[in-house]
Amino acid sequence: MLKVVKKAEGSFRQTTILRIVTVVIALFASSLVIAALGYNPVNVYSELFQGATGSLPRWQETINKAIPLIVLSLGISVAFKMKFWNIGAEGQFYMGAMGATYVALNFKDLPSYLLLPFMMFAGFLFGGLWILIPAILKLKLGTSETLVTLMLNYVAISFITYLQYGPWKDPTAMGFAKIPNFTDNAVLPKVLGVHIGWIISLILVLIIYILMKYTKLGYEITVLGENIQTAKYAGMNVTKILIIAVFISGGLCGLAGMLQSSGVERSLSDQISNSLGFTAIITSWLAGLSAPAILIVSILFAILLQGGAFIQSSLQIPASVAEVIQGIILFFVLGSEFFINYKIVFVKSKKEAIK
Amino acid sequence: MNEFLSGLSSFLQLSIQMGTTLLFGTLGGILCEKVGHLNLGIEGMMLMGAVFGHYIGLSTGSPLFAILGAGIAGLVGALIYAFITVSLKGNQTVTGLVLTIFGSGIANFIGKILVKNQKSGLLPDRLPVAVADCFKPFKIPVLSDIPVIGKALFHQSIFIPISIICAVLLYVYLKKTKFGLDLRVVGENPAAADASGINISLYKYVHILAGGFLCGLGGAYLSLSFLSTWKEGMTSGLGWIAVALIIFSTWNPLKAIFGAYFFGILRCLPFKIQNASLFGIPISIPSQFLTMLPYVMTIVALVFITLRKKKENSPPAWLGNPYFREDR
Repeated sequence: MLKVVKKAEGSFRQTTILRIVTVVIALFASSLVIAALGYNPVNVYSELFQGATGSLPRWQETINKAIPLIVLSLGISVAFKMKFWNIGAEGQFYMGAMGATYVALNFKDLPSYLLLPFMMFAGFLFGGLWILIPAILKLKLGTSETLVTLMLNYVAISFITYLQYGPWKDPTAMGFAKIPNFTDNAVLPKVLGVHIGWIISLILVLIIYILMKYTKLGYEITVLGENIQTAKYAGMNVTKILIIAVFISGGLCGLAGMLQSSGVERSLSDQISNSLGFTAIITSWLAGLSAPAILIVSILFAILLQGGAFIQSSLQIPASVAEVIQGIILFFVLGSEFFINYKIVFVKSKKEAIK
Repeated sequence: MNEFLSGLSSFLQLSIQMGTTLLFGTLGGILCEKVGHLNLGIEGMMLMGAVFGHYIGLSTGSPLFAILGAGIAGLVGALIYAFITVSLKGNQTVTGLVLTIFGSGIANFIGKILVKNQKSGLLPDRLPVAVADCFKPFKIPVLSDIPVIGKALFHQSIFIPISIICAVLLYVYLKKTKFGLDLRVVGENPAAADASGINISLYKYVHILAGGFLCGLGGAYLSLSFLSTWKEGMTSGLGWIAVALIIFSTWNPLKAIFGAYFFGILRCLPFKIQNASLFGIPISIPSQFLTMLPYVMTIVALVFITLRKKKENSPPAWLGNPYFREDR
């Protein structure tokens, strides 16, 4: 008789091997699907990889896509570690981008070295304030944060659309509904061909790693996530920790919005995220909420996104095939979590099974 | 005045149509959440239902096959979700999100093949008459001429009465049968359900799959009746509004009917009030605020639910958590 039992936490090595094996199996499974769809899987994979990493400009494009994913995933990981299910990263991203845009459009005369930090501050602040709504509702009334954060995404996006078609509409755009472009001093400078968001995101990975691993706050967040009762018995100020941690989470997502609007889009529109806030939930979770792993998983995911866009033009494969491959790989990795946490053992008799 | 009344009547008719996909998605979501599983893949399952329903309708010319195919497409999506979240105890939120990516990928790909086959003449350009006639709005004589509500209630596609019947049946099933009671225990307190001998995994699978079937039908309504064609991303976020509506209707299928039509009205309003005036004074509410309204109202509803703390209105207690016997 087969029986599922919980496993002691596997070593880092075991977990890594399991994950690699899973991805290999997933790639094999999706190659069957690709073949069934009438394409040559080897061709598709190599073109996909080439398209994302084959040359310097392609790498730059891939890194461009990885930056917002990294910062968003970091933000999400802080909240998730506390078991505060923030699926509102998309909305916090837009609110942050809105804050940054407000500063960019209204303080045009500031020199770049003052304006950009000001925009980052505004992005962080607005993202953080936006997540305080579900946080306070949860603390005061016990409202489910999963549902409130999800709903607030759409409120935020509609609000950006409103700004775009209403008060922030560029009067010089000949009736075309767009928010004015940023002036040059409000655009992030480039280093090695990619906006400096990549350096910022590397620094953030380091900061969040240290925060979660070596500081009192990080420890408190982890304990709170493990067991809220333990945290209370230990005399922790649960409300304060939750508010601070959640503010960091939303703030980082807002900062990601600032980086995207300033570094890539040079403006704000209701399209700039395109579901990145949801994708980041997936990357954050797959990375096991650990900051260094988030860096790796986000880059891998960006390769998949960029390569998927590339095979569209090079092999005339519809973008949807890349989505299907993504879906299959993710399903496999999600399913494989089971084998990290549980194992299936063979038991002889029913008696033993009950014991 | 006459013109106003007939305008209002068409407006209500359209609102109910807008609400019907929502209603199917919400009913599917309620089933799923009642067994404690939060499924954010509704949008993906709807899209799969939409494309397969339309494809099968085009190729077989059989209304029954089209509608069954759509339901089964949604069900297959739900099966993947159920396998990962029930059997493998994976994270429900993330799995649901992936299901939406996967479902829209599959749907767009099948859609591409569909268009290709139409261009090469393998498939007809429009739904065959048998299918189109079966799903197009039909007029009930006399009744459909009642002012204001006639068109809304008696000049509609067969999908509309089907969705209402589904809602009523679901209500009876949840509230009045033993299965419904067991189901609630599974969602509220799986340990107790387990102890009383309920086969938890079986219950979860059956209801998640049935929920997927209903979501597929929601998509089919769009592609077989409302628009009668396939368009990429044709659900345009209805799957997410359905997630909101599940909460707004407090997991009650009967309230879901009214909620769906109410949200349908909100979705139609932006088209109506752009140049509207009230007693001669032009009103200008930016349409985006109306788009926001369903979500804001859902949050307000959620707050009220948590404030009143009435057991039957609150989310299933175990929503979102996997059940593992030895964790008790």
